[in-house]
Amino acid sequence: MMISRQEVRDISHNGVWKQNPGVVQILGMCPTLAMTTSVVNGASLGIATALVMACSGAAVALLRQFVPNELRNPIYILIIAAVVTIVQLAMNAYMHALYNVLGIFIPLIVTNCIVLARAEAFASKNGVIQSGLDGFMMGIGGTVVLAILGGIREVLGKGTLLSGIDLVFGASAKSWVIHVIPADLNYQFLFMILPPGAFIGLGLLVAGKAALDRRAAEAARRREAETSTPLAA
Amino acid sequence: MKTMVANGVRGALTLLAFSFVFTALMAGTYALTKDIVAKNQEDAERALIAQVLPAGSYDNNLLADKKLVPKADAKALGNDDTSAIYLAKKTGKTVGAVIEATAPDGYAGKIKMLVGVAPNGQVLGVRVVDHKETPGLGDYIDAAISNWIDQFKGKSLGNPALERWKVKKDGGEFDSHAGATISPRAVVKALGKTLVYVDAHKAGLFGDAS
Repeated sequence: MMISRQEVRDISHNGVWKQNPGVVQILGMCPTLAMTTSVVNGASLGIATALVMACSGAAVALLRQFVPNELRNPIYILIIAAVVTIVQLAMNAYMHALYNVLGIFIPLIVTNCIVLARAEAFASKNGVIQSGLDGFMMGIGGTVVLAILGGIREVLGKGTLLSGIDLVFGASAKSWVIHVIPADLNYQFLFMILPPGAFIGLGLLVAGKAALDRRAAEAARRREAETSTPLAA
Repeated sequence: MKTMVANGVRGALTLLAFSFVFTALMAGTYALTKDIVAKNQEDAERALIAQVLPAGSYDNNLLADKKLVPKADAKALGNDDTSAIYLAKKTGKTVGAVIEATAPDGYAGKIKMLVGVAPNGQVLGVRVVDHKETPGLGDYIDAAISNWIDQFKGKSLGNPALERWKVKKDGGEFDSHAGATISPRAVVKALGKTLVYVDAHKAGLFGDAS
């Protein structure tokens, strides 16, 4: 039942970087494109998804020995739907303003293929702690993408950063909003606010991630070549 | 054959058991959060209503003092179903009404509003409570985005005349942002209709206050 430090590192690296759901697996595109008009919207939905993935992953791992092979999908979806409903009710009760902003995208977490994909690919074969961590780290990987994409679109589209933060931390947090472009200029770049901006932004993130991976691979190859070449006499 | 039936029954019972367990979990969560959710919704509604009436202008519980508009009349306010009018009272006298109205012809669907009206027919305030207008384009009708909606304060059917209850682009009185006139056009039109409704039902709404 225990989990080693190496396992934690591997699962975390896998979720946040190596198999990032947003920029590697390209899963859950509907919320990625629709809810990333700001950092707050993107990050909030991402955290809600991470919470659902952690709980559903742990639940699937805990109950997998009771699930007949041919009933895997309906039961996993049942578990995910129940977890999402519980998260939705809790958000409506304790984070009402944010719940109103995220709206239909909270129940739609059920249909986000990354949740079922991790239940099927990981949780059904691993322990409870590992599965919970895998779900959470995959969710955090998605959250990072949603937040960065939201940030890009918010800065380029509206000239602000952290708008709507008061919905999470209350009215006093209104002062945290950063006006990258002075508010009195009434700056707006509609293209970035609308869905095409999300496609462009996501494309840039995917390309950026691929470029970083390529650079890291080249550096590793160079290091390997240096260590393997015999020193000149 | 027997094995197939047995497997089918076992599968059905397993699915049933899972359904029961998770339905119980959801029902439990619902029971725990039900009162908080109801209070949140009431608070949100009260806060919105408070935004369309001047602070301190009433002393009653608006949510308790409400009139239901029958379905036939609700159509005049753009609503599909029975809607509510909240009556604001000060020392027992009606000092205003908050009307649920809908602009059915928004760019991306219906725009639901709360309209505060004084007994003399003057607009006390307007708030959009629900809309699906394009972010960054038509959503400036929302007070959280811009103060565009505040231009209606103090206006009435005679100020401007009903035929001037249009956006400037259509030869009317009211401002709209360039390149995004569908949403404000819908709001202005619905407000005009709401004021016509109030004028026709003055006695029923305000009694002797009007």
